[in-house]
Amino acid sequence: MLPLCSRVLLSHPFSPMSLMALREQLNMLVNSMYIEGLLDQQFQQLQMLQDASSPGFVAEVINLFCEDAERILTELTKDQAVVDFQKVDAYVHQLKGSSSSVGAQNVKLACIQFRQFCEENNKDGCLNALNVVKHHYYLLRNKFDTMLQLEQRIQAYDSKQQN
Amino acid sequence: MGNPLPASRAAEAFPAGLRVLIVDDDATWLKILEKMLRKCSYQGRLLFAPTIARGGAALLLRVSSVLSVLDRDFVTTCSLATDALHILRERKARFDIVISDVNMPDMDGFKLLEHVGLEMDLPVIMMSIDGETSRVMKGVQHGACDYLLKPVRMKELRNIWQHVYRKKMQELKEVETHSIDEVINILRNGSEDDEDRHLTDETEMSFMRKRKDVDNKEFGDQELNDPSTVKKARVVWSVDLHQKFVNAVDQIGFDKVGPKKILDLMNVPGLTRENVASHLQKYRLYLSRLQKQNGGTCGGNMQSDHINKTIKGKFGLKSSTNMQQDWELTKYACTTENFRTHGIVANVAHVSEMNRVAPAQVIASKKGLVNGAQLGLFLSFKGMLPSIKEKACKPLHDERPVMQLMQYPEQENYSISEGYSCLANPDQDHEPCFDHLPSSQPLVTLATCTNGKDMKDLYEMKPLQPAMPPMACMIDSVSIQVKHGLVNLQDTGAICKLEGSPCIEDCYVDETCNQGCFPLTCEVSLKSKSDLDSMPEDLHLYSVQKLGCLENVSCSGPEIYQYIDSVPASEVQSINWCEGSEPSGEYLYDPVDYSLIDEYLFA
Repeated sequence: MLPLCSRVLLSHPFSPMSLMALREQLNMLVNSMYIEGLLDQQFQQLQMLQDASSPGFVAEVINLFCEDAERILTELTKDQAVVDFQKVDAYVHQLKGSSSSVGAQNVKLACIQFRQFCEENNKDGCLNALNVVKHHYYLLRNKFDTMLQLEQRIQAYDSKQQN
Repeated sequence: MGNPLPASRAAEAFPAGLRVLIVDDDATWLKILEKMLRKCSYQGRLLFAPTIARGGAALLLRVSSVLSVLDRDFVTTCSLATDALHILRERKARFDIVISDVNMPDMDGFKLLEHVGLEMDLPVIMMSIDGETSRVMKGVQHGACDYLLKPVRMKELRNIWQHVYRKKMQELKEVETHSIDEVINILRNGSEDDEDRHLTDETEMSFMRKRKDVDNKEFGDQELNDPSTVKKARVVWSVDLHQKFVNAVDQIGFDKVGPKKILDLMNVPGLTRENVASHLQKYRLYLSRLQKQNGGTCGGNMQSDHINKTIKGKFGLKSSTNMQQDWELTKYACTTENFRTHGIVANVAHVSEMNRVAPAQVIASKKGLVNGAQLGLFLSFKGMLPSIKEKACKPLHDERPVMQLMQYPEQENYSISEGYSCLANPDQDHEPCFDHLPSSQPLVTLATCTNGKDMKDLYEMKPLQPAMPPMACMIDSVSIQVKHGLVNLQDTGAICKLEGSPCIEDCYVDETCNQGCFPLTCEVSLKSKSDLDSMPEDLHLYSVQKLGCLENVSCSGPEIYQYIDSVPASEVQSINWCEGSEPSGEYLYDPVDYSLIDEYLFA
C-alpha cells in the first residue's frame, strides 16, 4: 500500500532500501498524485524535459514554484480585514500561472475558484477560497518534499553505485 | 550548446539556432521555457521581469534565487517595459522572435509587444495562462502574431519558427529583385561567406534575412528553401526616395556606384539592398535608353555646379501675358531614371508688385519628349525679385514656395513635381545680386514628366500658386543645363526665351555629343538689367538654337546619361519619374495654354 510505504520511508530515512525499491516508491508516489488530482499532465512534460544534462531540473522547478507560491500566499494572508480585490486577483492570477507550470492541478483549480470570488467582490468567498488554496498547496508541497527526498536518495544511490 | 552540424545537414537543422527572447515575470515558467528552448536547439534569451515585491531586499533575494537556477548567460532581468526595450536595443545580438507574457504586474506586456514589434520589427508571440477571447483579441490588436496558452507545450515552441519565416517572406515580397537569380546569388554569396563558420557555429539559421543583415555576420547559412515562391513586389519609389537615390548616386559617382554604397548613403530605414540594386539597374537602363533616343549628338559637360545652385544672373521677364508665350523655357529635367519625358515647368510665382513684371513662363512641354528629348534642363535661378513687397512674398525669404505641378499619377509612374525654392529678398535692390542671396536656395527645377501625355495635359495643371501678378525678374544669366540629349529644340519648340541681350557666354556645347552624354550646359547671360523696359518688346522666343548651344542637338542612340557625376540634384525636389510610354519624339507645344502657367522662373 502506498501510504504504508511512504510512512516506512519517512520513518526510516536511511533504511538501506534497494535502488529498485526506491524507484518503485517514487513511481507510486507520483502516480498517486496524478490519480488524486494533485498533478496533471504538465508534470509529465517536466519529467520529460529532464535529461542527462539537467538531472536536477524537476527539483529546481518544484523549488521555484514553492518559493513563488509561498510568497504569494503570505501576501494574500496579510491584510485580511480589508480586501483589495484587484490586488488579490493579481496575486491569484500569478499563483495560477505558477501552479500551471508544475502541473499543480488542484491548486490551479482552487485559484480559478478564488478568482471568481474576486470578480464578484465576495470577501467571504475570497477568504474561503484562500483557505482552500492553502490546503491544496500544502498538501502538494508535502508530497513534493517526499518526492524530492526519494529522488535524492536514488541519485545518491546511483552515484554511490557508480563509484 | 553547439553541436556543429555538417553543412549537408543544415537543412535538417532548420530551424535550429532560432534566437528567441522570452519575457516573463514567473520564474518557474522562465526555467521551464529555458529548458524547452534548449531542447529545441534554439538560442534563447530570457528576460526576467519580476514583480517588485515589497522592498528592494526582497526583490534582490528573489532575483538572485531565480538567477541561481537559470543559466546566467541566458538571463537578464528587468522589471519595466522601458528597461526591457532598452536592453533589447542595446543587445548586439539580434533576436528573431520575442515571446512575452502579458500579465506582468510591473510591466505592461502589451505595451512591450507593441514596441518590440514596431521598433525591432520582430514577430511577437503572446503567452498567458488566460485564454479568454478578449485577451487574445487584445493581443492581436497589439500586433502579436500568435498567442500561446500556458502551459506551453514543446510542440508549440517547435512551431514558432513559422512566424519568423512568414515575416521574412513578407519582407521578401517587398523586395525588388531583378530576378530569382539575383536572390539566389545573394543567398549563395551569403552562404559562401559563412560556410566555414557554419560548420562550427551554433547558429544555423536557415532563414532568409534581409540583405542588410549581411553585415551583421549573423547570417548563418541562408537557404531559401524555395526562392521561386517569393513574389516580387515593388518598393514604391516616391519622388523623395528617388531623389535621395539620385543624390547618393551623384555623390558616389556614377562610375563607382554600387547598390550597397547607395543604400548606405541613402540611409533610408527599411530599404534593402535589393531595392536599391533593382532601382539602379532600372536607372541605368533608362539612361541607356535615353542615349539611344537622343542620338548622341548632344553632349556637354556636366557642370559640376548644378544649375540649381548657380544662378548667374537675372532674368528679365516680360509682364504682359503675351510674354507667356514668349517666355518659355522648356526644361527638361532628367535627373533620374525612368524618365522618358520630362517637361519642366518652372514656376515661380510670386510676388507681385514689381515694377516690371513679366511672367516667366517656363513651360514644359513635352510630350514627345518621351522619346527622346531627354532633355534635362535645369533652370535655376536664384531668384530675386527686386522690389518685391514683402507681403507678396509669402513663400519667399528662404522658404520654398510650394509649387507643385501636377501630378499625373499613373500607376507607379508619373511625374511632376516640382518644388522649388525661390528666394526673393524684397530688400534687395533692383539689381539683386544673386550671390548675395542669403541662403540662396537654388531654384529648382521642375521636372514634369509626362508620360506621353499630351502637352495639353500639362497645361491642365495649374500651378498651385495662383497666378500672381507678373513680376519682373531680373536675371542676368540663366544657366541652362541640359542634361541628356536634347531633341532638336527647333522641332520641339521647346524654347528658351531670354530677353535682353542674351549673351551666350557660357554656353557651350560639347561637341562630343556623339558619345552621348550629355549634359549640356548652357549659360545664357543677359546683360540687360537695364533693358527691362524694353523687355516686353524684345522678349521673344529665344530659340535655343540661337544660343547655338543647343543646335545639333539631336538625340540619337542610347547613351548613358552620365550627368550624374555632377548633378547635385539635391535641390531638385520632388521629381517624379515616370516610366515610359513610348515617346513620340516630338515636342508639342501649345502656346495658347501657357496662360495656365503663369509664373516666372525665378532666380
